[in-house]
Amino acid sequence: MKPPAFEYEAPSTVEDAARLLADGGDDAKLLAGGQSLIPLLNLRFAAPSLLIDLNGVLELAHINEAAGELRIGALVRHSAVAGHALVAERHPLLAEALGYVAHPQIRNRGTIGGTTAHSDPAAEVPVVLLMSDARVIAHSTRGQREIAVDDLFVSIFTTSLEPDEIITEVIIPDRHVEPGTITGSSFQEFARRHGDYAIGGGAAIVELDAEGICRNARVGLLGAGMRPEESKAAAAVLENSTLAEDTVREAARVATAEINPLGNVHGDVQYRREVIREMTFRAVMTAANKAKAGTA
Amino acid sequence: MTLTEDPTTTADGPAKEVGNARLRKEDARLITGKTTWTDNMVLPGMLHMAFLRSPVAHATISHLDVSAAKDRPNVVAVYTGQDFKDEQGTIPCAWPVTPDMVNPGHPSIAVDTVNHVGEAVAIVVARTRTAAVDAVEAIDVDYENLPVVLDMEEAVKDGADLVHASTSSNTSYHFVFDAGEAGTGSDTDAAFRDAEVTVSRRFVQQRLIPAFMEPRSAVVGVQGDNYTLWSATQIPHILRVMGALTTGIPEHKLRVVAPDVGGGFGGKLQVCPEEILALLVARRLGKPVKWTETRSESLMTAHHGRDQIQYIDVAAKKDGTVTGLRVRLLADMGAYLRLITPGVPALGAFMFPGIYKFPAYRFECDGVFTNKVPTDAYRGAGRPEATFAIERIMDELAVELDMDPMELRRKNWISAEEFPFTTVAGLEYDSGDYEQATQAALELLGYDELRAEQKRRRESGDPVQLGIGISTFTEMCGLAPSRVLGSLSFGAGGWEQASIRMLPTGKVEVVTGSTPHGQGHETAWSQIVADELGVPFEDVEVLHGDTAISSRGLDTYGSRSLVVGGTAVVKAAEKVVAKARKIAAHLLEASEDDLEFSGGKFSVKGTPGAGLGIQEIALAIFAAHDYPEGIEPSIDAEAAFDPVNFSFPHGTHLCAMEVDTETGFVTIRKYASVDDIGTIVNPIIVEGQMHGGLAQGIAQALYEEAIYDADGNLTTGTFVDYLLPSAADLPTFHTGNTVHAATSNPLGAKGVGEAGCIASTPAVVNAALDAVRHLGVTDIRMPLTPERVWRAIHQGGDGGDRAAEGSNAYGGARTTESGIEEAAQ
Ligand SMILES: Cc1cc2nc3c(=O)[nH]c(=O)nc-3n(C[C@H](O)[C@H](O)[C@H](O)COP(=O)(O)OP(=O)(O)OC[C@H]3O[C@@H](n4cnc5c(N)ncnc54)[C@H](O)[C@@H]3O)c2cc1C
Repeated sequence: MKPPAFEYEAPSTVEDAARLLADGGDDAKLLAGGQSLIPLLNLRFAAPSLLIDLNGVLELAHINEAAGELRIGALVRHSAVAGHALVAERHPLLAEALGYVAHPQIRNRGTIGGTTAHSDPAAEVPVVLLMSDARVIAHSTRGQREIAVDDLFVSIFTTSLEPDEIITEVIIPDRHVEPGTITGSSFQEFARRHGDYAIGGGAAIVELDAEGICRNARVGLLGAGMRPEESKAAAAVLENSTLAEDTVREAARVATAEINPLGNVHGDVQYRREVIREMTFRAVMTAANKAKAGTA
Repeated sequence: MTLTEDPTTTADGPAKEVGNARLRKEDARLITGKTTWTDNMVLPGMLHMAFLRSPVAHATISHLDVSAAKDRPNVVAVYTGQDFKDEQGTIPCAWPVTPDMVNPGHPSIAVDTVNHVGEAVAIVVARTRTAAVDAVEAIDVDYENLPVVLDMEEAVKDGADLVHASTSSNTSYHFVFDAGEAGTGSDTDAAFRDAEVTVSRRFVQQRLIPAFMEPRSAVVGVQGDNYTLWSATQIPHILRVMGALTTGIPEHKLRVVAPDVGGGFGGKLQVCPEEILALLVARRLGKPVKWTETRSESLMTAHHGRDQIQYIDVAAKKDGTVTGLRVRLLADMGAYLRLITPGVPALGAFMFPGIYKFPAYRFECDGVFTNKVPTDAYRGAGRPEATFAIERIMDELAVELDMDPMELRRKNWISAEEFPFTTVAGLEYDSGDYEQATQAALELLGYDELRAEQKRRRESGDPVQLGIGISTFTEMCGLAPSRVLGSLSFGAGGWEQASIRMLPTGKVEVVTGSTPHGQGHETAWSQIVADELGVPFEDVEVLHGDTAISSRGLDTYGSRSLVVGGTAVVKAAEKVVAKARKIAAHLLEASEDDLEFSGGKFSVKGTPGAGLGIQEIALAIFAAHDYPEGIEPSIDAEAAFDPVNFSFPHGTHLCAMEVDTETGFVTIRKYASVDDIGTIVNPIIVEGQMHGGLAQGIAQALYEEAIYDADGNLTTGTFVDYLLPSAADLPTFHTGNTVHAATSNPLGAKGVGEAGCIASTPAVVNAALDAVRHLGVTDIRMPLTPERVWRAIHQGGDGGDRAAEGSNAYGGARTTESGIEEAAQ
């Protein structure tokens, strides 16, 4: 009613969906949870000729483990990912990050495939996927391929998917952990209200050995530019240190020295950079404290 | 917490409904939506309207071709301003605040120029709403841009670009209240000449959007030359008169119905262009039409609120005694004058002195046209602006004098013994006790412990600092005295009407002219009538909002419903009892003087037990087989009430605020308020009104701002950018009451609809400043976004210079300069 008119198809298999997408051409759009797409349609910012509704494609709604990897079907809702025991055990950062995604109603509809394909630099899940070396399966009538998320996220709302490709699975490898170390992780974000897209945020995974030395670190940045970002330079500052406050501040500074967040009414570039720096600092400190306390 | 006895327990006599925390009887249907929301209405053959709205803020329409839209499927008609220019008249402005106020007129649909983004340019009428919306896209229109006027301080300068070519300046009016000239105070210039200390500030009241929950919606039904307009309006009665005058439909041929209405906050206190256009289109086509706005349309085109630049000076002695107050406002009218656009700041004029004994006071206000949607009433209308300015500057004066801010207030406020007190603005405050409310609020907050914690955090250099903000406020409400409103050139009176119909089965219909839009009138009025007539609460039904049922009324705004409308109900009930008494005397074969009326029953004094219930009398007079000679066979009654004074709620609001100096994020740690709203009819309704008011007042301080970019586009056009807080963003409210009955109505009620919204904003801002003043911060522009707070702490100023990208938000507040001098340039 509010969106412009479109054709609607509701396939029940990936194959049918892929065929519809291939036949539909550039104007066809996949509909998953609809929590990003429907607002765009309602505001008439997008006017696809055909919507292919994935919600009936039940083969996309699984969470499996296999060969040291977690395979999450594209249609799994945010709330299901966040509440899954294997996610809590192996990727607590993902569960924590999902707690910042919007509100329960939206988390009950929004999907991991949708947020990955949407490629919004302000979205939490893509940052965690990047820090976790995740991959996606892209499926089309031409076959299927794996894409590392680092290659998938091109720019804001832009991925390296071909127009006829569907993300069917998100694959997250288990973290390789050195024996005798303890890992801590934390997601810290800053928004004006509960559930809003963040003004900025930072995420950290740190691995401490028995001496309290950081053996491995990953630092992610939310809302830092045109795509989800990870700072290898910040990780390098942290690695082989004891994560003293000064070191962590320096790492946060390094992480944000070159970023160019998008400004809007809730904060301009300079302020967002400050916020992301502070959130990154807090994320690393919190992750380190969790590791020290042995609470993951 | 309530500081009075539980009002339901009385020494003797039946339990009282007034004071009882009844759950609201209207809530089930309102909350589930299974009710008569206007948009739920479907009439046979009903057509749908959709608008093409201007994407530019100021332009002439150089080309407008609707022919392609007419050819779209299911389109019945497409109209432009040319089609209605001779019959649309102008949206009425009922408050010409000065005799020479300039009103360039307000067409409902643009004829050849557009003056704000969102102004209606064409109307598509189609068989479905979708068809109408789709066809709008087929309209071909070109605009020739004119200079856009957005900044009031620029707009009032000589040679400024004009919003309206027909006017000689952008100033609509210059309104002055001078206590010296009015005889209510001494000479203000002298007070400032002789002052030992003066403090001057420039405060900005940002633009706000009323953001009612139910979007505006209108349906027009046609029966021959009779029209019925259903509308999500606060003011069916006023809309009927104004709608008739504007469209030329005779008043007796126009019925207006406000069915259940989902909130308004002043935003539906309007004669909307779309309502007028729905009537014109229905008349032109002779067919029923409906229009319901989208949320984007609502944010962009329904009237906004606040938007003032306030220059305020206070004069005082070194010991803190205030000696003079001077206020000069620039008030943004937007592009046109709507129903009470110019009156909102004028209503505030009388509240700047607050609760303080200023001997001298002068107020001046310029109403300024800009290329933005018009402003008009928004919860508090004029009084929040005034309260903010006075409560903020009292803190600034305290800083200047190095005095405790509460001590400074105490030194200057009206003491309990001084009531009734005539203020320097000429108002007579009827009752209250500021000290008592303040003491209670301090205890509720845990003031001393929080001050100790503040000290600790300050000494340890904690990155999270704590502050406490004070607002000791009063307000004028219960809009009312018709003669006073007349003296202020308001276009209507302030009386209210009620009637009571006693049905044969003893059930009671109460007809009120005070139309609710979510407040709980049905419950409160039922409680009042249950007590007055001694009938069960459940036996009372309250009818409202339909001019064919409730023919007289002045509707709901200005916290007037209970104070004026509730009193009219009391007066009508008294008449019912008086009429029933004659019949009871007749049937009981007793003299009227020997009858007493209690618990719904007439009985002969000294012989309790035997008697006649008023519900039985209702049946007896319906049958009318046996009733006294010389009276009419009815105990129904009608009454109108017009109080002689406003009512003056007051209270003390305290906010404890944590400020994260590293991110600028502010968190309300604790909020305590003690309000005196006179007699409480229903504590739950009062609590609800306070909570909602607090949420909106806090939202002005922290979240909400309607921002236009440099071209006059509304940047905050969705709820993603126009931020309303939810319960998750707000603290627990610790509320309490003191009770000093109002003296201007028999209920003793003072009005609670706006108090929370009026009082809270300065308490919140004062709290944030109190937390970071030692870091050199002297002001922070509202709303206190984290970015602004952070900038104020780390970069100086008030954080507002880069208010938002491309914003019209008046640069930074220049708090170090004298406001008055600034304004005089
Ligand atoms: C009020 C509100 C607040 C929000 N706040 C946040 C927040 O704080 N953080 C956050 O991360 N998100 C937020 N969201 C967005 C939400 O998380 C979305 O659910 C998510 O971004 C997209 O998932 P979806 O399943 O709804 O995708 P859809 O909206 O259905 O689709 C989004 C895009 O992805 C494409 N797509 C979907 N599935 C696939 C697939 N399997 N393969 C290829 N392309 C596909 C669609 O064609 C479309 O282009 C918010 C949404 C709302 C309405």
